[in-house]
Amino acid sequence: MGPFSRLGKVLTGEAGQTRTAQRTPSVSRASASEKRLTLELRHITKQFPGVLACDDVNLTVSEGETVALLGENGAGKTTLMNILYGLYTPTSGEVLVDDVPIVMESPSDAIAAGIGMVHQHFMLVPVFTVSENVVLGDEPTEVAGWIDQKTARDRVRTISARYGLEVDPDTYVEDLPVGSQQRVEIIKALSRDANFVIFDEPTSVLTPSEVEGFFKIVEGLKADGKGIVFISHKLGEALEIADRIVIMRRGKTVAEVVPKDVTEEKLAELMVGRPVDLVVDKSESKPLEVVLLVDNLSVLDDRGQLAVNGMSFDVRAGEIVGIAGVQGNGQTELVESLTGLQPSMSGTVYLGGEDVTTKSPRAIHKMDVAHVPEDRQRSGLVLPFTITENIVLDSYYESPISRGVQMNWSEASDRAERLVEEYDVRTPGINVLVSTLSGGNQQKVIVAREFDRDVTLVIASQPTRGIDVGSIEYIHSRIIEERDAGAAVLIVSSELDEIKALSDRILVMYEGRIAGEFDGSASTTEIGLAMLGGAGEAEAS
Amino acid sequence: MKPESDTAIYEGEGKRVTPAERRATIVGVILIVLAVFVFWVFALGSEAGVQSTFKLSLPQARFEDLAWTVNSRWLGFIVSGILAFLGGMVLRRSHVKWTNLALAIGLILVAFAFLTWAASGKSFSLVGMLRATVVLSVPVTLGALTGLMCERVGVINIAIEGQLLTAAFVGTIVGSAWGIWAGLVGAVLTGALLGAVLAVLAIRFRIDQIIAGVVINIFALGLTSFLARRVLSEATHLNSPGRFSPTKIPFLGDIPVLGPMFFNHNMFIYVTFILVIGLHFGLFYTRWGLRSRSVGEHPEAADTVGINVYRVRYRNVILGGMIAGFGGAFLTLAQVSRFEENMTAGIGFIGLAAMIFGRWMPLGVFGAGLVFGFARALQQKLGILGTPIPSEFLSMIPYIVTIIVVAGVVGKARPPAADGQPYIKD
Ligand SMILES: Nc1ncnc2c1ncn2[C@@H]1O[C@H](COP(=O)(O)OP(=O)(O)OP(=O)(O)O)[C@@H](O)[C@H]1O
Ligand SMILES: [Mg+2]
Repeated sequence: MGPFSRLGKVLTGEAGQTRTAQRTPSVSRASASEKRLTLELRHITKQFPGVLACDDVNLTVSEGETVALLGENGAGKTTLMNILYGLYTPTSGEVLVDDVPIVMESPSDAIAAGIGMVHQHFMLVPVFTVSENVVLGDEPTEVAGWIDQKTARDRVRTISARYGLEVDPDTYVEDLPVGSQQRVEIIKALSRDANFVIFDEPTSVLTPSEVEGFFKIVEGLKADGKGIVFISHKLGEALEIADRIVIMRRGKTVAEVVPKDVTEEKLAELMVGRPVDLVVDKSESKPLEVVLLVDNLSVLDDRGQLAVNGMSFDVRAGEIVGIAGVQGNGQTELVESLTGLQPSMSGTVYLGGEDVTTKSPRAIHKMDVAHVPEDRQRSGLVLPFTITENIVLDSYYESPISRGVQMNWSEASDRAERLVEEYDVRTPGINVLVSTLSGGNQQKVIVAREFDRDVTLVIASQPTRGIDVGSIEYIHSRIIEERDAGAAVLIVSSELDEIKALSDRILVMYEGRIAGEFDGSASTTEIGLAMLGGAGEAEAS
Repeated sequence: MKPESDTAIYEGEGKRVTPAERRATIVGVILIVLAVFVFWVFALGSEAGVQSTFKLSLPQARFEDLAWTVNSRWLGFIVSGILAFLGGMVLRRSHVKWTNLALAIGLILVAFAFLTWAASGKSFSLVGMLRATVVLSVPVTLGALTGLMCERVGVINIAIEGQLLTAAFVGTIVGSAWGIWAGLVGAVLTGALLGAVLAVLAIRFRIDQIIAGVVINIFALGLTSFLARRVLSEATHLNSPGRFSPTKIPFLGDIPVLGPMFFNHNMFIYVTFILVIGLHFGLFYTRWGLRSRSVGEHPEAADTVGINVYRVRYRNVILGGMIAGFGGAFLTLAQVSRFEENMTAGIGFIGLAAMIFGRWMPLGVFGAGLVFGFARALQQKLGILGTPIPSEFLSMIPYIVTIIVVAGVVGKARPPAADGQPYIKD
């Protein structure tokens, strides 16, 4: 959709964008295409109850420029971008396009002003297909608003082919693993052909090759003269892709640097305010007895297809096993089946020698299994509950959190206070709803809950998804501590760096099977090849 | 229209089955039990050698004496045999996809065996019964469509009953004063107005939607009852609006059985058909439908793509109210041509049940409406036929059907994800 079709919409009085559309830059741009537009946030302040999320922030992006926005969890990045996108109204301050203030009352104003956004927490309708999600709000129609399904599908196919974002337009979004949902969210933003695109942590669940593909997308958009804001907790990515890096801390912009002047260590220090250890210190593992034994396990996915196809492996006490692989190769089903959330079709799972294949999630949990699920908002937290309530979600029914039929809230609050402190959850208090926490802080609440007891087995999917470098350092050291204390650890991640940093042994999953086994020191290329279904077996150690 | 998920569940110690397979087992057992029941009660319960006669046309129709006579007992045996066969097939669990179809066929056969038993030694107008089914399904279907219009965008409407009742009342008065077409317009506008009230309470003031609905129902019942007693009982000329007369559709109306069932009615029934089909395709194939459903499933996502969540909600809730208004008009301007206190008698709530039974899909809702229509037709016609069943039990039929249906004979239905949740923008 270009400026003209948008104009067409205005003329036909559609979509209610008439009022603001007259001020859209895209219209004027048609006449003065040479000129580079600038999007500007001026003196933006946003006060939430108890939190000053943005404190007099100024930020500009020009067309053809990539700005990376970095900052700790809860620094206010998402809030700032939501203001830019019309989702939040700022307490004060204004949004300007080329020095003209624009009314931002709802996202439709932002869309009319040529702004697109990839949201940190995906804005996808689970029961719609991929193509329905992509065209929603900008549907190709025939007479009487009849949706042209073919064009819709083609729109998805064109973009996924052009940018290497593979996804089937006809699958239902709820059947997709988060990695694929991420691709859908990106495709959706790209299909709108905006002048400015905001990417809020677009790479948090992408594999290295997908990240590379994503960078090509960004390069392409830049070459097309689009302005880009890119948010990530992976500092290397910011260094690689950005023209300018803006750093936020506690609601303020504290520094603005150019990639060539800084290193990852320097960026981390600017963000956190102290030097950060980017490499995990890890001693040699001392594997002991087998804790988790998976024997020939098969699991069906929601469509009744074999997602896990006869997998066998074990995890020993005192070792960390990493499962690498492109999302959607059965990892979700594997983890859900191991934790009792989803039944298996055949095979057996032993935990400490006991057959737990048909045990309930609570029974498995009670055998001291910690589980960090891949989708924090869907299966990790109860969003309309407070931090305290979420912290005791796994133990509310037993002493000391409950006394008979009565809850012991003071005990629960004490625990929440302690964990918030220990895991550095940035929040105005333990009684705020987790839904109001920033993404990374939500993740910390889950990790804190799961690790705060004696565990014999840790199963963690994307454990540090969306977490800032300072906190990753802490969570990684906690995982290694658990290992050294004798726990068996299973990490599932699409992020190879994380797998490599933590694992003593690496299994690569491809199409529901183990496509290769490596030790912790294997090279990225070897593993990457196996992840794409390449000849991994040959190198099995 | 996403198919149901199909992952395994555990059945007893270590045995793994899919939910569809487990359902098949349950349905299979139900079918076998029904087979035994039909054999025992309906087949053995009819005297040997006695016949049941089903009239297949209405008096004065083109093929006037179309009829079908069967031996009551033998029909019971045959139905029982088919049920046992179906049950056996379903229990084999080799084609779980067909479970629902087998259940549907089974239930229709049971209903038929029941009728044969009830009509044994007599003659029974089957077509009259099927025609009544269609007619009586209309208010339920319209109520269900109202609920569906609202819930698809995330607003729970339990005020359907009140909307039907008030619209029926206004339709009567306006219709009596200015003619039936004016009455129809008045009824539809009344529905729209009550829809708007619900919308403002639920969307703008974020009052609990169930409570808002209850309030509207109580208000509607109280107001119409009061006015009916005070005004209509005095001014009886305001309580005789006249009726829309039936129009037979050429050719189609002459088809035996189907003609009188579907194509020889007043315009309300034709409009209902059109609404059902139009809404079904509208909801699942058009921009309006996609946007509406997105608002009911994930309003935030809809907002981020530039859809005005509030506007979509207002619009659909008011449109839903208009459908209820139309349904209310049907009651007083087509069915009985006068208003009586609490004349809806729970149709709005049965409509809600039909909405769930029909899985929030217009075509499904129509099917559900037919089931409830059938239950009410059965109640009426059996009363005429004179069966050993006490009439109190007969009048319970529609409500019992409602309970059984909602208690989940038909599998698990999933409401829109944001159903009943106000959308709060920062
Ligand atoms: N809707 C809301 N209501 C109340 N507080 C909020 C709301 N949204 C965000 N906050 C608060 O504002 C602060 C900034 O949050 P924001 O989501 O912008 O952080 P962020 O920089 O995006 O962090 P992350 O890297 O974890 O995503 C946090 O302290 C958060 O608790
Ligand atoms: Mg964020």
